[in-house]
Amino acid sequence: MKRKTGFLAPVFYVGPAVLFLLVFQVYPALQTIRLSFMDRRSVNFVGLDNYKYVFTSQVMLRAFKNNLLWLVFFTAGTVGLGLLFAILVDRVKYESVAKSIIFMPMAISFVGAGVVWKFMYSYKPSGAEQIGLLNQILVVLGFEPKGWLLQSPLNNFALIAVGLWIWTGYCMVILSAAYKGIPRELLEAGQVDGANELELFWHVIIPEMKPALSVVITTMLVNVLKIFDIIYVMTNGNFGTEVIANRMFKEMFQFANTGRASAIAVVLFLIIIPIMYFNIRQKLKGEA
Amino acid sequence: MSWLRIKRKLPLIVVNIVVIIAMILWIVPTLGLLITSFRPASEVAYSGWWTVFSSPLRFTQFTIENYQNVLRTGGMATAFRNSFIITVGGTLIPVFLAALAAFGLSRLNFSGQGFFYALIVMMLVVPTQMTFVPVLKLYNRLSLSGTFVGLWLVHTGYGLPFAIFMLHSFFQSLPNDLFEAAHIDGASIWTTFVRLALPLSIPALASLVIFQFLFVWNDLLVALIYLGGHESVAPLTMRLSSLVGSHGQDWHVLTAAAFVSMIVPLIVFFSLQKYFVRGLLGGAVKG
Repeated sequence: MKRKTGFLAPVFYVGPAVLFLLVFQVYPALQTIRLSFMDRRSVNFVGLDNYKYVFTSQVMLRAFKNNLLWLVFFTAGTVGLGLLFAILVDRVKYESVAKSIIFMPMAISFVGAGVVWKFMYSYKPSGAEQIGLLNQILVVLGFEPKGWLLQSPLNNFALIAVGLWIWTGYCMVILSAAYKGIPRELLEAGQVDGANELELFWHVIIPEMKPALSVVITTMLVNVLKIFDIIYVMTNGNFGTEVIANRMFKEMFQFANTGRASAIAVVLFLIIIPIMYFNIRQKLKGEA
Repeated sequence: MSWLRIKRKLPLIVVNIVVIIAMILWIVPTLGLLITSFRPASEVAYSGWWTVFSSPLRFTQFTIENYQNVLRTGGMATAFRNSFIITVGGTLIPVFLAALAAFGLSRLNFSGQGFFYALIVMMLVVPTQMTFVPVLKLYNRLSLSGTFVGLWLVHTGYGLPFAIFMLHSFFQSLPNDLFEAAHIDGASIWTTFVRLALPLSIPALASLVIFQFLFVWNDLLVALIYLGGHESVAPLTMRLSSLVGSHGQDWHVLTAAAFVSMIVPLIVFFSLQKYFVRGLLGGAVKG
């Protein structure tokens, strides 16, 4: 039985939060949709001009292409490595130490992680003493040092690697909890039936972990669509590394074009809706 | 006990090697940053940080000058204070309001309850990008851009949906009998909230506080949008990213500044990891 109340109690408890949501989410989201059909100063309506820009301009197409690259490699990488580590650390004696170390980058800012890796990628021309670890390794092995963040498309993969370093721990922690939750009898039954490891993996482990996997995958997809800090700090979208969220920031501040910025936001929103729908549905299911 | 252990086909040694390689890959970049931050500028520019291992006991090769530098002239001390102010308000206000709302939505009974809960869940879908332009226009009109209060309010608005979502499911899991008993004993709603709901949900609240704390402390984008170029109110992340722009190759400066920005989250993380993980498992990240 819940307590039946008058008018005042709900207003006192729920009112402040609803007010905040109206001011900081509902109103601005609707307003952004309206502004996306207006000019750079939000004065005149320009129809679909901003959307035409979003879907046809060279810079935006470049950003979409890079986001797609991120989408594939970042998501597959974080979830794949997260799953691998979740299963492997379960077997070692120093499990909690290993997990802490791999999870640690989640605690620091993306800006901090960006600096950490910009230093790892640091490049000096061949012949000079390298101060970046990766180029030093290349030189020691007899290769030429690389401008990791300067050459496209290498730089996109170098940036994605930073994303993997940050987010793999998150996937590992969630998947590890799900993995440990698989009833042992299921695995033993499969083994008694003569299934080998690979069969157990595909027919027992993966189906049992499906809810956790779908939460992790959808979370990574949304992350990747909104990826901003890493690129802002490490290349600021130069040398062919532009992404959608970074482009929107530039439209807002560098070019003061609220129409285009809003249109980019709306497109991002439309792509995110179905992914978040699955994500939330899964979580609500987990609650029930 | 794991499925791998049932059938020992994959030798334990391979597992150990893979895990140890992973640990090295995850720890070396941060270690390099830490070591470099203690090396003098002249050496940082011309030799790799790994060269310190050739004579690790020569303590004269280390210095704290870089830290003195970034704190005094690099503006990191002010930025540290700003981060602290922004994060405290940006954590406590949303968590408190979320607790109120989650309590109201799960423990009271009023018409429209389902609608408001659905509204909050729907807001989880909206990326913050959808709000930047109109909220910034509003802030410029109200002179809230470039202020701590403005940032507290906006972090509250952005943090609430996830916070309410998480606490709501926790409050719902509390036994009904307790609340009924309190009601029969004549406890007011406020008393049930403060004396019953809040104390019972300390683990959930702790997770949420840590989560929101790290989120706000590490935020760059929201600060960039609403603080403009105001260096006097800039948090560590903003200051660090502008140092990257102005001192791109001065690694002695950048590494020390980066470590200053990382020290608080690292302490929070390593001392309260249990709660942080629990928070993650209770829901996922919303940015």
